[in-house]
Amino acid sequence: MTPATHQQLFTITVYSEHCVGLLNQVSIIFTRRCLNIEDVSASRTTLEGVHRLTITVWSDRETMEKVVAQIEKRIDVLRAFLYTDDDIIYQEIALYKVDTRKLIDEQYLENIIRHHGARVLDITPDFTVIEKSGQPWETEALLDQLRPYDVRQFVRSGRVCVTKSSVEVLDRYLDEQQIRRHKIENNK
Amino acid sequence: MRERITGAEALIRSLEAEGVDLVFGYPGGAILPVYDRLYDHNDKLQHVLVRHEQGAIHAAQGYARATNRPGVVIVTSGPGAANVITGLSDALMDSTPVVVISGQVGARFLGSDAFQETDVVGITQPITKWALQVRRAEDIPAAVARAFYLARTGRPGPVVLDIAKDAQLGELEWHYEPLRFIRSYNPRPVVSPADLVAAAEMLNSAQRPLILAGHGVMISGAEAELAELAEKAGIPVATTLLGLSVMPSDHPLNKGMLGMHGNIGPNFLTNQADVILAVGIRFDDRVTGDTDFYAKNSRIIHIDIDASEFNRNVKVAKTIHADAQDALRQLIPLVDSSRHDNWTERFDICNSIEADYVKSRELNHGGLLTMGEVIDAVSREVDHDAVLVTDVGQNQMMAARYFSFTRPRSIITSGGLGTMGFGLPAAIGAKMAEPGRTVCYFGGDGGFQMTIQELGTIMQYGTAVKMIVLNNNFLGNVRQWQELFFNSRFSQTPMVNPDFCAIASAYGIKSRRVEHREELADAVAEMIAFDGPFLLDVLVDETDKVFPMIPAGGHLENIMLDKDTHFVYPDNRQNNQQ
Repeated sequence: MTPATHQQLFTITVYSEHCVGLLNQVSIIFTRRCLNIEDVSASRTTLEGVHRLTITVWSDRETMEKVVAQIEKRIDVLRAFLYTDDDIIYQEIALYKVDTRKLIDEQYLENIIRHHGARVLDITPDFTVIEKSGQPWETEALLDQLRPYDVRQFVRSGRVCVTKSSVEVLDRYLDEQQIRRHKIENNK
Repeated sequence: MRERITGAEALIRSLEAEGVDLVFGYPGGAILPVYDRLYDHNDKLQHVLVRHEQGAIHAAQGYARATNRPGVVIVTSGPGAANVITGLSDALMDSTPVVVISGQVGARFLGSDAFQETDVVGITQPITKWALQVRRAEDIPAAVARAFYLARTGRPGPVVLDIAKDAQLGELEWHYEPLRFIRSYNPRPVVSPADLVAAAEMLNSAQRPLILAGHGVMISGAEAELAELAEKAGIPVATTLLGLSVMPSDHPLNKGMLGMHGNIGPNFLTNQADVILAVGIRFDDRVTGDTDFYAKNSRIIHIDIDASEFNRNVKVAKTIHADAQDALRQLIPLVDSSRHDNWTERFDICNSIEADYVKSRELNHGGLLTMGEVIDAVSREVDHDAVLVTDVGQNQMMAARYFSFTRPRSIITSGGLGTMGFGLPAAIGAKMAEPGRTVCYFGGDGGFQMTIQELGTIMQYGTAVKMIVLNNNFLGNVRQWQELFFNSRFSQTPMVNPDFCAIASAYGIKSRRVEHREELADAVAEMIAFDGPFLLDVLVDETDKVFPMIPAGGHLENIMLDKDTHFVYPDNRQNNQQ
């Protein structure tokens, strides 16, 4: 399928309870619409029991708004938000496993690493692991430069992001729920 | 000190704590501990043994739709659970509260392809409101509390509890507390006063307002508020299929049913309305036709409890996220008393053309009996006061068109999923829920045979369902489409049927076959008067078709009155002649 011109990369963040099957509940919403997830990451948050998914997908806004509504409808999901790249600061980490014997003769290696803002995580006689965080085109650029040294493995973490907004919507939501809970319990 | 009991006992006590007195089910290996405990609770918790698990869930749906209380199903693991899938999907589409409890193999066997193991949670997540696997006895009471809270609140729906055998056999200290709060789920949103004021202003300034009332009105019990609002503001009302009985059929403002086979007035005039108040409807494609041409002259106000329905199928001008009753109750004082007589009259003009052209032909047919006249005869015999349960297809559309209603909560039919075989077990559940009401089931010869085994359930419990099989020895609705759109090539629609009366009599169920018009009234009277279940096998004309019809994906103005004639509004007709 060739993407239509109105297609763009969206980032969806999903805040949920930390429970079995949550990822499946979310992913089947994409499956049903034949939407291919570009990358997905899952992690804990600083909030007790709250988990977070970050998903990127190429699509159009109308489809994405409906998808986010369906995600938010799932019982175990607290909130889901839709962003484009303008709304967020985002980053990903890449790891490169390179042949140490080939690297050792490279006089410009230090320059390459410094130039790309990367760092060496581990060196063994057999392989060296380099880490770089950045945007996909940046990690891609380093990959291109390292190719002559036999990149044996290359992996990206997938996107993580924070919003540019000055309002923390989830915190506000949780505060509201706390008030709702008190009301219900006082009505007992 | 709290009493120590098994998980199976706790499950039964939890059901009783939720007010359950009737469950539908079928035993099997992985749910045996529960059935063993059930044996000691027979006095308080009645179990209805169906003949197939699909029958159990449709019966539970019928029960739930008749009472607005969750229907409960107990089945075993593997095939038992897999057999309720159709019903879960149906219940999700039609917002029906159902709690399914399925046995599961022991926790240590999970993932091993153990005998009768299937991934119930994985399979049911896309077609349930919520599904959970329970592996420990001590988790059972809280899981049941959560299941019932979720099934019946907000937009109701089906939930699944998949209970591993160890959890049934293990012990816990008995304690039960109903659930009232989940931080990620708010089932009763607070109505925004600003939204209501804005909606009222739109309605007050409208020249041609129209109310579309759906299943949500019935679920929230807002029938009285709907009528009050419509009467005060003088607004005509159209209902969806599932919303049929939210207003008495003969109410002067009830202008009929929307949809592919709905009434001409509400369908045709949707595109002339300037403000539409849609309450508890989801703008299903059978209602809208081609959405690019749907209600383009109208600003739509959409009241729904499910925010994900807003702007999902149709773009609307104003959304009100609320329970229908909450919203309507608060909207009534804000709307002006008004009348829109010229506008309302247009509905009657449309509907009188339908009466002359379509209904009178259906009801005064010379040849073989038609479906419409059979349904009309039954409706009159019960004084339009019965619960209508239908199967799916022509029988359903004809019943929706020719059965009349005087009381709310009187239509039970598979709307969204269109599940053939739904009707007979749903009628059993409805009759058990409402033993004091007459329950009339209409099915075709096709759908009737999809769950015909439930005649065994009717026999065992003496469930006094009035069953009318509209028998044309054809899969009639498909036949209609084949005749209209596939050059009358009747591919795999003729059916050779057994003698349904002989089958009924094998189950000890009284029956009668009707082939001629002269016998109809007497047979219908006998069926309704009989104290017990009764099967009426009526031979109807196979060429009978449901009209009016808006072909799938068509425009609401493009209404077929029969195969060759389209509806024209009288003004236009005059214009065309000039």
